[in-house]
Order: sequence, then structure tokens, then C-alpha cells
Amino acid sequence: MTSPDTPTPSAAGASASGGAVRRPTGTTFTRWLGAAALVGMAWLVLFGLVLSPDDALQKKGVRILYIHVPSAWLAYLAFIVTGVSSAAYLYKRTRSLIWDRIAGASAEVGVLFMGIALVTGSLWGRISWGTYWTWDSRLTTTAFLFITYIGYLAVRGLGGSHHQRARRSAVLALLAVLEVPLVHFSVRWWRPLHQQESVAEGKLDDLMLFSLFVGIVSFTLLYVWLVLHRQRVLSMADAVDDKGLDGALAARRAEQEVSS
Amino acid sequence: MTLVAVARLVAAKDLRIEWRSRVVLNQVMPFAALVMILFAFALDNDAALTRVAPGLVWLAALFSMLVVVQRSFAVEAADGALDALRVAGVRSDGIFLGKSAALALQLAVLEAVLLLAAVVLYQVDIGAGSIPLLLVTFVAATLGLSFVGTLYGGLASGASGRETLLPLLMLPVVAPVLIGATRATEAALGTNGASSSEGWPWVGLMVLFGVLFGAGGTLAFGSLVDE
Amino acid sequence: MNQWPYILVSYALTLGGIAVYTWRMLRRARSMAATVSEEDRPWT
Repeated sequence: MTSPDTPTPSAAGASASGGAVRRPTGTTFTRWLGAAALVGMAWLVLFGLVLSPDDALQKKGVRILYIHVPSAWLAYLAFIVTGVSSAAYLYKRTRSLIWDRIAGASAEVGVLFMGIALVTGSLWGRISWGTYWTWDSRLTTTAFLFITYIGYLAVRGLGGSHHQRARRSAVLALLAVLEVPLVHFSVRWWRPLHQQESVAEGKLDDLMLFSLFVGIVSFTLLYVWLVLHRQRVLSMADAVDDKGLDGALAARRAEQEVSS
Repeated sequence: MTLVAVARLVAAKDLRIEWRSRVVLNQVMPFAALVMILFAFALDNDAALTRVAPGLVWLAALFSMLVVVQRSFAVEAADGALDALRVAGVRSDGIFLGKSAALALQLAVLEAVLLLAAVVLYQVDIGAGSIPLLLVTFVAATLGLSFVGTLYGGLASGASGRETLLPLLMLPVVAPVLIGATRATEAALGTNGASSSEGWPWVGLMVLFGVLFGAGGTLAFGSLVDE
Repeated sequence: MNQWPYILVSYALTLGGIAVYTWRMLRRARSMAATVSEEDRPWT
């Protein structure tokens, strides 16, 4: 998907004259991926809200879990990807800015999914236990991870050359990998497990398991699609930075041509 | 130069600057005492204050620490001193350890003052039996805090618009120290019926924290401050 | 308690949040692609 292609004259002509670019960050692969994700999400809504049955214990509350659990898992996956990409950037033999962009894109999507997980989890908790929040280690660590990565994204915006940004962010990400288990264990010791609620209580019947499965697959497809596009946007942003003033002038000229 | 030599020089420089300017003494200490007084205004319950005193002491320590860390790097940012050190080839791990040591000493004095304020303002009782655990707790916590403060303080210093990042970056990371130090202090003082023996595992956690961030910081400091 | 409001709000916020993020990203991609030449977009 990132193999270089020799630019065709017509495509180059189209962007130079300022006409709308038809596929800014899309490729055939991402078109299919996006369509699959969209279909998956539609199925998720259908199964989650309509077709799946109520749970014996939780009644309707389990429907929130079909989005809460996948979004939480994908958020954790996103942060693992950020950590691994950061390490890949720092390791001399694999040093390349694409790792930095994947780390940044994955962190941003991870923050989105983590926010969704926290909100849906809170609403689910309200239905199931009557409280919007509880200080168990999983929930508290999740909130900490959320805030930590917002800080990470803020540091990514501090400026400097691409490699300075990459190095700084990568180190910060690895420090976050160090910090999160420490937070998790200290909260767990602080509020021991027997006071904590567990998410999966009782058995899920087949249709419910299937709904959860649809959720996980859809969110995974969505995650990959979002990260691919986001890191391509980051790549273009870096290119624009490199071209600097020239790019801004060309854009201004392009706008004038289109509007005149 | 050896690591220890660089660290010693940097620490001495930082402490000498503080000794001459007395910023921490004249500005941060009063701020810390003020925070302790404001807690009393907000909580308005003497019994509650005595009960939560360990937590308040460490909260006040963390908030005051933000100011001390920013001060620690403000002295570098003026005249671009930190950049000059790096360009001159001074090893970053030495700078990190030196600044951490100076910060630790300043934090220790700050914490002592806060503990005194708690004894006076919140009627906290310190028995002779409390002292060993209390002392070790403060040392272990200060260790971790100074490493984290120096590390993220370096990152959040320099170009304008960065200082506001320090609280956001640092406070989540020191949460384990806040939890551990508070629980250990409660155990030392016997607050809420906690016994001394419950405090030592928390001390262990804080020592682990200090070791991990000491090592991590030594490796990472250069990457975070180099421009 | 009527659980449907909580459930529907969950789905709405989730899908809405994803939609808003995706929309803003694609819009930025479109505007940026106009200024970036073909060589800098090796995926096309």
C-alpha cells in the first residue's frame, strides 16, 4: 500500500491545477477495508440493539458491552502499537519516520477509543451497579492511560524537526509503558480485588457472543482503517512542512484558480 | 568527566543558586504552608483533617513540587544554560542525576516543613515509634519524585508554551508515589488504625518506582531535553 | 429503571464520536492533498 508509484501525468496535472484530488489518502485496499468496517458497524448496531436478547442478570445493560468491550480492547491494542512503534523508531536499524507516524496515529485513535470505552463503561456501570464510577484498578488505570496519552499527543505538537519530535515522543511513550503497570499495581493494592466488580458475570448465550464478536471485528477493522489514513495525513503534513512556504503559496494559487 | 563528578558539579551549582536566591525558601515554602491552610478552610472539620492529614501533606508536596521543578529549569532556560551545557558536551545522564539530587534535597526540606505544618495545624501526633517508617517513607518517596520531576521538568522547559505541560505530564506518573507515600505515612502514624507493618510494602513499591525512574531517566533525559 | 436512554446514548456517542473524528480527518486529508505532489503520496 505504500509502494511508490510513478506519477501519471494526468494525476499530477490534476493536483497541480488545484482540482479536487479524488483519493487523498485512499487506496483500493483501504476502500475495501472501510466498506467492511462500515458494514460491520451496521451489523453491530443491528445485533446490539435489536437482534440480540436481553441478559438474564443484566437485562438490557449487556447491549452496551458490545461496544464497551471492543473499544477498550482496541484502545489497549492501540497503545501497544504506539509502544512497539516507538521502540522500532528508537532502534537504530529500523529507524524511520513511518514508525513515528504510526505511533502518533495509533495514539490518537487510541485516545478516541479509550474515551468511548470510559464513557460507555460509565453508563454501563450506572445501569448495572448504580454508580457512574468505581475506584477499581482496571478503571482507574484506564483513566490514567487516557490522560497520559493526551499528554503524549500534546508533546507531539511541541515542534522541532521531524526526528526531534519522533525521538522525544518515542521516549515519552516508552516511559508511559513503564508508568502504567506501576499505576495499575498501586491502585490494586490500594483497593484490593474483592472490592472490585468483574465485567463478565455469568454466561453469554450464542447470539450475545456473536454480537460481541461482531463488535470486536468491526472495531478492529475500523482501527486499522483509521490508523492507515491518519498516518498518511501525518505523512502529508510532514511533507508540507518540508516544502514550507512553497506549499502554502501553491495552495493559495490553487484556491484562486478554483474560485475564479 | 566521570558520571559522579558531573552530577556532583551540577547538584552543587543548583544548590548554590538556591542558596543565593532563596526562591524556594521565600516563595515555595509560604505557598506550601498556604496550601495546608486552604485545605483546612475547604474541609472545615478538625477530625477529618487529622484523619486525612497524610494525604494532604503529600498533595501539598506534589503541588509545591511543580513550582520547585519549574524553578529548577527556569534557572537553566535563562541564558540558555542547559543548551550550553549540552553543546559543551557535558553528559546528559550526569546533568540528570545532579539536578535530581539538588531537587531531592529541596523537596526533603519542603516535606519536613509540611510535616511540621500538619503537626501544628491538623493536630497530628508523631510518636517515637513512628519515626523509622516515616523517615524511610519520606526518603523513598522523595527519591522517585525528584527523578520524575527532573525528567519531565526538562521536557516541559525551554520554549514558551511548554510550562503548562508539566502538571499534565508529571502528576499522572507520580500517582503511585502519592498512593504509596500516603498509605505508608498513615501506617507510620497509626491513622485509621493502620499498623506499621502495612507501610513497608508501600515503601518497597516506592523504592521500585525510584529505581525504575532513576534508571529510565538517566537513559531518557538526553533525548527529552536535546533540541 | 428504564435502561434504553443509557444504551442509546452509548451507541449515539460512540458512533457520533467516530463519525466526527473520521469526518474531520478526511476533510484535512482532502485539503492537504491539494498541496502535496504525487511523489509525497507514495500510496497512490
